[in-house]
Amino acid sequence: MQSVWVIAKRELASFFDSLIAYIMLVLFLGFSGFFTWLYGSDIFLVGQASLESFFSVAFWTLFFFIPAITMRLLAEERKTGTIELLLTKAVTDRQVVMGKFLAAWLLVAIALLFTLSYPITLALIGNLDIGQVICGYAGLLLMSAAYIGIGIFASSITANQIVAFLSALFISLFFHLIFGVLSSQFSGVPGEVFDSLSLSRHFESISRGVIDSTDIVYFLSIVLAGLLLAEFSLYKRNID
Amino acid sequence: MDIRIENLSKKYAAQTAVDRVSFEVRTGEILGFLGPNGAGKSTTMKMITGYIGIGEGDILIGGQSVRQHAGRLKKHIGYLPEHNPLYEDMPVMDYLQFCAALQGVAKDDIPARVHSMIRQCSLDAEKHKKIGELSKGYRQRVGLAQAMIHDPEVLILDEPTTGLDPNQIIEIRRLIRELGKEKTVILSTHILPEVEATCDRILIINKGRIVADGTAESLRRQAAGQEIFLVRIEDAPDDQVLQALPAIPGVTNVSGPDTATGRWEIQAVPGSPARRGLFHLCVEKHWVLTELIPVETRLEDIFRNLTLN
Repeated sequence: MQSVWVIAKRELASFFDSLIAYIMLVLFLGFSGFFTWLYGSDIFLVGQASLESFFSVAFWTLFFFIPAITMRLLAEERKTGTIELLLTKAVTDRQVVMGKFLAAWLLVAIALLFTLSYPITLALIGNLDIGQVICGYAGLLLMSAAYIGIGIFASSITANQIVAFLSALFISLFFHLIFGVLSSQFSGVPGEVFDSLSLSRHFESISRGVIDSTDIVYFLSIVLAGLLLAEFSLYKRNID
Repeated sequence: MDIRIENLSKKYAAQTAVDRVSFEVRTGEILGFLGPNGAGKSTTMKMITGYIGIGEGDILIGGQSVRQHAGRLKKHIGYLPEHNPLYEDMPVMDYLQFCAALQGVAKDDIPARVHSMIRQCSLDAEKHKKIGELSKGYRQRVGLAQAMIHDPEVLILDEPTTGLDPNQIIEIRRLIRELGKEKTVILSTHILPEVEATCDRILIINKGRIVADGTAESLRRQAAGQEIFLVRIEDAPDDQVLQALPAIPGVTNVSGPDTATGRWEIQAVPGSPARRGLFHLCVEKHWVLTELIPVETRLEDIFRNLTLN
């Protein structure tokens, strides 16, 4: 566990050293702030003390930003060869993958932390449903975890960061959109299967304020699958 | 910790990179691992460090099999991979601290270890610079420092001096010798004077197989099928010399004279009285023998002989 933290700390520091973190924070806060407060169906237009517009904007911005955060995690190490140094240290492949996951997740959490000023402002000017806000944030964190899992897997299969970015986006798109669209096209069992695979549906049900165990299981399974597959693609060097 | 390698093989698809290699390195020994590019040096080293899986056979480090205990053994190994990959965006100090923490150095000991590695590798002036800003020689020192940060018993160095200038090479060699005194060191290279200068023992590998194993001295002796010496004879017509020299007992081949130096190259059976014969010949014919240079078989020649066919 200590090694996981050591790796996560270094990774997080390198996000901030390489400006990725700042760009991501500025863009994320800029986008979400703009659409929450100033433009479109923003809070003043809706006229309710609700953060729903923020959550739906964050739902999309994170979908695009997370692959950009995760693309370098393993692909860059593969490209520069530092992966060899890292994996010959007294750490397991799993600890490396977990450390990288933790770093990316913490970065997203930091970004979300800055948006806490939104609910605080709203709570001061209106009657905010605190429970729903907490659920909304939990939903964003769980969703981010799932996409980071996918992103790390995509980053583990290639040494090219662009390839990692695009394949993460491609895989994520299925969960984000395509399964939902398919579920409305099919009726009966296939429809239900696609519906239960759709990340948007699970996110909506959480952000409505109901945390169901099936939703949590759903997000955790994506995370787990992503991390295990990433670990496997690191392990593959032992086989061939 | 001794390293014992037993019948090690590794295949990449159809190509055999390492083919039934067996050898042993004892504690305190510096083994020079020599071979042309693509001979299987790096593959063997990667297997020892546990970076890639062992194909067939086994590697025992301190009696423990890398197959079963790769995870536990990593702590005892310091590794400098080929091309010395490092995190360019990290300052030297931070990087060494990171490596120490990963290698399980106790938290309280980390500053002391980092400090002592910085001192030993003379990195003091560069310790706050980012690794990407360092010159190649300093990068190499950082590579060595990270490999030895946890004071490992086994040191695996894959071409530690490539790309350095002669002064840096000598410096790095000194460092390896100094730090490797009580450790088991395997050092790969294709620079021949390097092994002579640094290593106690030489292992030459070609196409995945061991073709020679011994000290520089013993390799020379093995390879010395011929005694070679260069001579210069004055006051003698070339055609007469060419006739007379091969007649000396023990001489197997004569060539020359070299147009630039005027020297003849004579090959003879080792231990034969060829040099005495030559002297007497010159005395008898009133030729003047001005030079007689015994030629030591060079390591380069041994290497070429062993790896070219």
